[in-house]
Amino acid sequence: MNLPRTLFDKIWDGHLVHEQDDGTCLIYIDRHLVHEVTSPQAFEGLRVAGRGVRCPEGTLAVADHNIPTINRAAGITEETSRIQVETLERNVSEFGVPYLPLNDSRQGIVHIIGPELGFTLPGATIVCGDSHTSTHGACGALAFGIGTSEVEHVLATQTLIQKRPQNMRITVDGRCGTGVTAKDVILSIIAQIGTAGATGHVIEYAGPAIKELSMEGRMTVCNMSVEAGARAGLIAPDEVTFEYLLGREMSPKGGAWELAIADWRALPSDENAVYDREISLDADDLVPHVTWGTSPQDTLPVTSRVPNPESEVDAGRRTSLERSLSYMDLVPGTPLAEVPIDRVFIGSCTNGRIEDLREAAAVAAGRQVAQGVGAMIVPGSGLVKEEAEEEGLDKIFVDAGFEWREPGCSMCLAMNADRLEPGERCASTSNRNFEGRQGRGGRTHLMSPAMAAAAAVTGHITDVRDLIDK
Amino acid sequence: MDKFTTLTGVAAPLRMINVDTDRIIPKQFLKTIKRTGLGEFLFNDLRYNPDGSEVAGFVLNQSAYRNAKILVAGDNFGCGSSREHAPWAILDFGISCIIAPSFADIFYNNCFKNGILPVSLPEEQVSTLLEGAESGANAIFTVDLDNQLVTGPNGELFEFEIDPFRKHCLFNGLDDIGLTLEKIAKIETFEQKRSVQYPWL
Repeated sequence: MNLPRTLFDKIWDGHLVHEQDDGTCLIYIDRHLVHEVTSPQAFEGLRVAGRGVRCPEGTLAVADHNIPTINRAAGITEETSRIQVETLERNVSEFGVPYLPLNDSRQGIVHIIGPELGFTLPGATIVCGDSHTSTHGACGALAFGIGTSEVEHVLATQTLIQKRPQNMRITVDGRCGTGVTAKDVILSIIAQIGTAGATGHVIEYAGPAIKELSMEGRMTVCNMSVEAGARAGLIAPDEVTFEYLLGREMSPKGGAWELAIADWRALPSDENAVYDREISLDADDLVPHVTWGTSPQDTLPVTSRVPNPESEVDAGRRTSLERSLSYMDLVPGTPLAEVPIDRVFIGSCTNGRIEDLREAAAVAAGRQVAQGVGAMIVPGSGLVKEEAEEEGLDKIFVDAGFEWREPGCSMCLAMNADRLEPGERCASTSNRNFEGRQGRGGRTHLMSPAMAAAAAVTGHITDVRDLIDK
Repeated sequence: MDKFTTLTGVAAPLRMINVDTDRIIPKQFLKTIKRTGLGEFLFNDLRYNPDGSEVAGFVLNQSAYRNAKILVAGDNFGCGSSREHAPWAILDFGISCIIAPSFADIFYNNCFKNGILPVSLPEEQVSTLLEGAESGANAIFTVDLDNQLVTGPNGELFEFEIDPFRKHCLFNGLDDIGLTLEKIAKIETFEQKRSVQYPWL
């Protein structure tokens, strides 16, 4: 009788090429996503060592981090950005790696296009030189971010040297109420366990509130696993997953689909499987969340007030809190829902999918972006953009005074021209509120797309439930 | 990759927790297509004012720490983005050992790929070492990988844990890819089995 195994155990065991006596594992990588920022030095390494790409068909490259989101026809005007994208194009051509160019409608953020094209599949191992690779875990794939040296290692060998991470399960009971989304679920989890709360672990999200999420919502949850320090996030594949993947461009077809789905149905964790850590929370009581500080763990319900450092007993944390509040220019005790904003960014690998845009559009419809606020919608991919335009969402946004942009990472990390000016305060659907993340001196408040749209139309952080017909 | 055996040098104290990789090397420096030259921009926004002048109070701008070889910092060092530009910048500055109570996973991995030793020690020991590091030019530490020991300026001696395989690779300056390619037959066998078992992949 075999020991009961978790979803993570099954995928890990199925990809183990070799395990040394000291526990160091060589694991096989099925899918490798490559982008322009973390790959040039890896391809250069291959070139210097005279090595090739072992499995080009398991590799997919796209430019997303460092590209303009307006006026694409003019090309990339910023020289260093252009060189980086041209370097990627030269590398993929030299090494025979499939590539989606900027003018391809399938171009988009790596973590949006993987699942969207069916490149991401349940039970697979997926890596990318980007920490938000955890997103793909929503499909029941073991997916994690790696550094550039490891990118080179995967390109050359299609494997990675890894230590087996530990299992952690987070069970979310109940169900999310109106105006409460996947983003609020994951923000509240990070607030509870902290940014290092899951270091060394793979988190499996379970429970009725997770099951009830769409694939888009599940991707939002898994995406921010890394903000809790996790190696990866996982959700067991089910009918929602299969329905999402069926018929996608790179999904298996015909007999292969039948074979695959039979295998995927055996992936969920066995009953009685043991986790190294277990945490649970209830979605019934959840309200929309926003961040107030400079770490994703600095999160509170929108109904709260800016915290007071004086109530923090630990001296180190108190100093850190004071520094955050000073950077954010917030006064302790201020109701969060009264904090005015200058900019709104809706997009990113966290919240740049079609459902996110629908949620934001539902709030924006028939309203106007507040005076003095600059609001930008950046679809996560060309396909998301097309779908949104077919549904008329672009028109809703433009009529309400939002800018409608081309797909890319944009102001999530502000590598391109989309960035905050010093002192500007932004309601953002992205994943990191670090100092300077969206531009030096910029102040970021993370929240859901519906909450960001609500902030855009009122000009201050707003409980979106106040704008929804009850 | 350079071997890491024993390192003796000034340790710079950075009393901050959750130092993220955006802070270690901000995004505008990720446009490079090289690994070198990033040391100048290490901790850019903490180290320089917007006009490019130095922030006098920042530790690496103080004369005693301009040539620091070791960094002592707070919990969860290197969280956030996977950018290997962070360890590249640290190494290019001249630092090849970081001591902290804990590290974020991807950053921790990335250090070993670049000949940097991340030393994880209990909070109270790091606190003692932070005090030691605050003694300016006298803050001379020795880090001995073989014996897994850190010695502070006042003779404090702390033993640290490290994964034996990672230690072996760092100590001998081994190239991971070279090591893996020695197992190519195992990879080929796995691929054959995989094409039968998971034909859709």
